[in-house]
Amino acid sequence: MKTILLAAGGAFLATIAAAETPVLNVLTYDSFTTEWGPGPAIEAGFEATCACDVQFQTAGDGAALLARLQLEGAATTADVVVGLDTNLADTARQTGLFAPVQPAETTLPVAFSDANFVPFDWGWFAFVYDKKQLSTPPKSLAELAESDVKIIIQDPRSSTPGLGLVLWVKAAYGDGAAALWEKLADNIVTVTPGWSEAYGMFLEGQADMVLSYTTSPAYHLIAENDDSKAAAPFAEGHFMQIELAGRLAGSDQPALADQFLTYLLGDAAQTALITTNWMYPARTPAAGLPKGFETLITPAKSLTIPADQVEAMRQAAVDEWQAALAK
Amino acid sequence: MASRTGKIGAITAACGVGLLIIGSLGFLLPHADMSRVATADFAALRFTLLQAALSAAASCLLAIPLARALFRTQFWGRAALIRLISAPFILPSLAAVMGLLAVFGRGGVLNDTLAAVGAPQMSIFGLGGVVLAHVFLNLPLATRMLLNGWGSVPTERFRLAQSLSFGRREMFVHLEWPMLRAPLPSIFAVIFLVCLTSFSVALILGGGPRATTVELGIYQSLRFEFDLSRAANLALMQTAICLLAVAFMAAVWRPAGFGAGLDRRVQLRGVWWDGPVIALAALFFALPLVAIAARGLAGLMDLPNGFWMAAGRSIFVAVTSAFLAVWAALMLAMARARGAGIWAELAAMLPLGTSSLALGVGAFLALRPVMPPQNAALTLAILFNAALALPFVYRLLLPACREVQAGYARLMTTLRMPYWAMLRVVFVPRLAPIIGFGLGLSAAMAVGDFGVIALFGAADQPTLPILAARLMGAYQMQAAASVTLWLILIAFALFWLFDHLGGRDAGA
Repeated sequence: MKTILLAAGGAFLATIAAAETPVLNVLTYDSFTTEWGPGPAIEAGFEATCACDVQFQTAGDGAALLARLQLEGAATTADVVVGLDTNLADTARQTGLFAPVQPAETTLPVAFSDANFVPFDWGWFAFVYDKKQLSTPPKSLAELAESDVKIIIQDPRSSTPGLGLVLWVKAAYGDGAAALWEKLADNIVTVTPGWSEAYGMFLEGQADMVLSYTTSPAYHLIAENDDSKAAAPFAEGHFMQIELAGRLAGSDQPALADQFLTYLLGDAAQTALITTNWMYPARTPAAGLPKGFETLITPAKSLTIPADQVEAMRQAAVDEWQAALAK
Repeated sequence: MASRTGKIGAITAACGVGLLIIGSLGFLLPHADMSRVATADFAALRFTLLQAALSAAASCLLAIPLARALFRTQFWGRAALIRLISAPFILPSLAAVMGLLAVFGRGGVLNDTLAAVGAPQMSIFGLGGVVLAHVFLNLPLATRMLLNGWGSVPTERFRLAQSLSFGRREMFVHLEWPMLRAPLPSIFAVIFLVCLTSFSVALILGGGPRATTVELGIYQSLRFEFDLSRAANLALMQTAICLLAVAFMAAVWRPAGFGAGLDRRVQLRGVWWDGPVIALAALFFALPLVAIAARGLAGLMDLPNGFWMAAGRSIFVAVTSAFLAVWAALMLAMARARGAGIWAELAAMLPLGTSSLALGVGAFLALRPVMPPQNAALTLAILFNAALALPFVYRLLLPACREVQAGYARLMTTLRMPYWAMLRVVFVPRLAPIIGFGLGLSAAMAVGDFGVIALFGAADQPTLPILAARLMGAYQMQAAASVTLWLILIAFALFWLFDHLGGRDAGA
């Protein structure tokens, strides 16, 4: 009997202790929270400063995050969302779920301002290849389309990089985008639902190039000591993906959420992001980029489409893509 | 009395399935707006139907010689081979695609062989590749169901045929065709429905947007555009096709009408091509499996954090949902065999034509006002996996239940057997191998299921398929391949265990 009382008392005290620790719910994409992702380091780092408990909720990728938020609506228990991007920002804003944020100081190569979101990392889309297999990669989208180099891309209807490529072609070629897609059609081995299937198939030799990021070779170089992968610089310029975080207006921990966003842009989190998300930091940490990043290509030109125009352009661009490839 | 108890069980099962499916879809379907169906959606529908019909037809046609060869050939390792060729059916689809690419893709075994003899290279991408993959995934099920059919022909009929010196033609006309005619339409319909909701396989191997399926449309509208109305339209299309397919099955079905025998085995004489057919099939199934194993082997002992918890969660979901699925299937199949109306059939088949993503979103919408949906993730995973396995187990059990009913109905009536005695003494002992197979199949399918948990995403409760997907997303292709291999090994172990418990004489 005494033991039961003791146990009950212990459980009661534990409940009180738990109730006193505020919980910050962070909604993010799946790969963020793995042991190789930035999640564990950021969770531990922030918990050490905030006297709070960070709990992750996940969805498949940036687009799935947004769909999840739209499903949950105002009932969402998330306080912070990490992992939307500039192509999704406007749709996300229109849900009315996001609170205004303080603009953050960044080192992005392009001007950036958004009332609801802060960038936490970014990258250029690029076609990645194996230097041992492909000695003279194409130097532009146009040259790729003329060549017989085989590529794997992602479906813009189900993946963020896939949508990125469609917008890349649109930003570079405008009305000529459909014509370019028709020429690219015979280069495309296949279209996958998401980034990981495409990248996995490329690594197993199913194509010469795969749509990924200019920073992908850094993963192989730094984590696997393999310098065989490279990204091909394209003359038209490279489309940018800027990953965003925001605070929910309905959060019951607004101060903690803001504190988290500040932490996310601090040196510790930014340093962790570089070699876990394999993207460029939104604010370069004092120590600079890790060794190996200097080997990456730097596109001469960064292409973007303003957030408020993406929504209007997306459907037409995807239809154009689909019509050109279905021929 | 017997019939009432049985009916209560069947009605409970039917209501459970109905509530789960209709209750979930019910929250999505009101968004449907058929005036908004785009031409692209019709193109997707056409491709979906075409690939599903071709895949089902090819699987059925190939299953006949394979099942026949396996039935009449005895060799060392036959039982093991029969279990092994069931493996592709329980593979996660992405793993199957990777395995097939290693054999039929660029730099694969096939193309290397072609290159060595100077023949032109073959591309797996296109409609042919989609059908190839669906045959790889579904031929095992078709073969297994046909093997059960052959096994259900009473020995006495084969003996009679032998003593009448039936030739191959007479055997086919009088014995094999009536036997095949009973299960073939339902095997065709089941595979057709499985392929109907195919998404990754069709897109990746189809080679691009020409190979867009209805399921991709649902995925796109729910995960990418949050267009509930389009998703509801497409889900409605799928459900309508499912209902048509079930109606087709019910309309075409004819009883084989062999009557009951003395439950004894016969040894048939084989034909020279049985050996090559079996060898070819074994190769077709084994090569991609070997490739998948080879990919995962390197990091097999280097397990990522949280692996064991994820594995435990997956096994828990798999085993509970398997028992639930088999219980419901048994109730419904017995009721149907004993004269229940088509409602039992519809309830059992309903989950098959339904997109699991649409179901998941419906359940999400339903739960949202009541509780945080992620808290119900595991429970829903169990229920949905049970529902998704139910049609297969039902299809497996139904012919056997009909045989038992046809053979023993009079005896059971004469003895005024109560329902539970009937179940225990007559049905279950005769159905045991199929029940075991059904349990194994459902459990194995559930281990690899990605569906509903991914949508609800409680980050701290991943199952194995989700763990693998997360690893791939973080460049950890090797670790993902290893987790996938573990997943397959666990699925196969569960399958083997239950199949073995069901009966030593698996499949024939």
